[in-house]
Amino acid sequence: MRTSLFPKLCLAALVAFNASAADQSEIVVRRDIDVLGSTKPIPVSISGFSGEVAQALQFDLYVQGFSFTSPESAQFLISGSNNGTVQGRLVDANSKATAFSKAYSGGSIRRQAHAFSDDIVQAVMHKKGIAQTRIAFKVDTGANSEIYIADFDGHNPQGVTKDNTIVAAPCWAPGRMMLYYTSYKLGNPDIFQHDLTSGQRRPIATYSGLNTSAAVSPDGRRIAMILSKSGSPDVYVCDADGGNLKRLTSTREDESSPCWSPDGQWICFATKLKERRALCKVSASGGEIQRIPTTGVLNPTEPEWSPDGKWIVFTSMMGGFEICTVPAQGGQVIELVPGEDPSWAPNSRTVVYARRQGGSRVLAVLDVMTKQTKDISRVAGSNSQPSWAK
Amino acid sequence: MKQTQLIPLLLLGLLLSAGCKTKNYGITRLPPPGTGGQSGTPMIADADKAPPAEAVKGTDDGTGFTPLNARGSHSGWKENNEFFDAYTVHFEYDSSILKSSELANIQAVAGQLKSNPSIAIKIRGHCDERGTEEYNRSLGERRALALREELIRLGIDPARLDTVSFGEDKPVAVSHNEIAWKQNRRGEFVELTPP
Repeated sequence: MRTSLFPKLCLAALVAFNASAADQSEIVVRRDIDVLGSTKPIPVSISGFSGEVAQALQFDLYVQGFSFTSPESAQFLISGSNNGTVQGRLVDANSKATAFSKAYSGGSIRRQAHAFSDDIVQAVMHKKGIAQTRIAFKVDTGANSEIYIADFDGHNPQGVTKDNTIVAAPCWAPGRMMLYYTSYKLGNPDIFQHDLTSGQRRPIATYSGLNTSAAVSPDGRRIAMILSKSGSPDVYVCDADGGNLKRLTSTREDESSPCWSPDGQWICFATKLKERRALCKVSASGGEIQRIPTTGVLNPTEPEWSPDGKWIVFTSMMGGFEICTVPAQGGQVIELVPGEDPSWAPNSRTVVYARRQGGSRVLAVLDVMTKQTKDISRVAGSNSQPSWAK
Repeated sequence: MKQTQLIPLLLLGLLLSAGCKTKNYGITRLPPPGTGGQSGTPMIADADKAPPAEAVKGTDDGTGFTPLNARGSHSGWKENNEFFDAYTVHFEYDSSILKSSELANIQAVAGQLKSNPSIAIKIRGHCDERGTEEYNRSLGERRALALREELIRLGIDPARLDTVSFGEDKPVAVSHNEIAWKQNRRGEFVELTPP
């Protein structure tokens, strides 16, 4: 398109005028737009800490999107000490202002380090940190498997079940010390509800055939699950105590891995449509199945909807296994790292997942924004099927 | 037509010919064989609604699949893994389709069931490790159910056929290659004898 020269000359004159005026005013740097999978980490420097505290601090911050550098290159300076208890300070490297300075007491030194990293995340990102959250997962020792819970980084593991059989697919009840999981204790895969405070558990779904893949609704009132009692594995929903069972799918294919939208309206699951594996969703009160397009990858499975509602993280099976995200309404998929069976942290950016190593699985946590990932501590055996408490 | 459908249809014919009014559902809804106690869900999906733009109808309305028996119908029965050991059926990767090469085994199992009317079987579905765990638990169940449907088609009473899936949790071969995977993608038949 031809434009006349005159407006361009005027514009040039204006810019020239402004440039000389701008020499004396502040330069405003435009922030990069954060793109999932290719966001730059926030560089910080850490000094004064040792041993377990230094290790925990770095781990916590790395998997929430920070990187570590010299004070000259850092945006924030983290300093302090851990002689007996943790003392820590956060300074803005540009303005030199101290964001906060705190002494921590009580609990273990590790717990204090986690509390400090949470304070750092709050001050820098204005979001709640995840360092004091927990996960549940399956440990397979060959003959049997059992459910464990642990800190999000794998520390302080505790066994939950002692069924001496296959126990799998744990899922937290939101905001509660309660798990649902699948156990073959009664000779069949059945879903149990387990109160971690009292140690009591009760069967929720013990129908013929398969009872598995329990997913608790965000308000804790309903459970989605896979049952095969109709003659095909389908998605069902029931009350938290197992009553009011309602069937939501009736296809010829095998549905698997239901998960809830954070508003409790939809259940997303894996199935097969027209000969192709796909993610779909159905209204939690029943209705037509709708496809969620996952453009760019094949065989999506094991979905989980982010707590902020924006993303679905899932596993793509294309020979190997890949952790992927897709916008919740469907669209272009972003592939992140090799791995499977992801679960979101409450911050909607960190994900715990399993990856294969030799003949076994290990758990790792991943920041989906920067793709920074680290293995967590493991319990002897194959660790898999993690669920992040939310 | 399946033999198991014949008798109820004959009864229906008798009722109709006797002049009783029956509602026409379009497809005759059969009672689940031999058991009660499970909340009945219709095998027919809801009547057609105009789908929204992105919606996809379920690919099937559910007919063609036989509901499972009530839980516990073979409670306390003795399990024998060896009886049907030779008839283990194998599957292709990511598939629950019965291969023609496997049909002889299934027919042999049906034959044994006909010769031994007091026994039942538990069909175990298994997968290789190349799927995620819950995906494999569902796929293993699909394999067991596919074998159950074939045995029903061959004339076996559904009440004698239970299923269980172990997903990828119980491989027979633990290497990480197609030789092992091929062996692990299987359905096994376990004899159940009454106490």
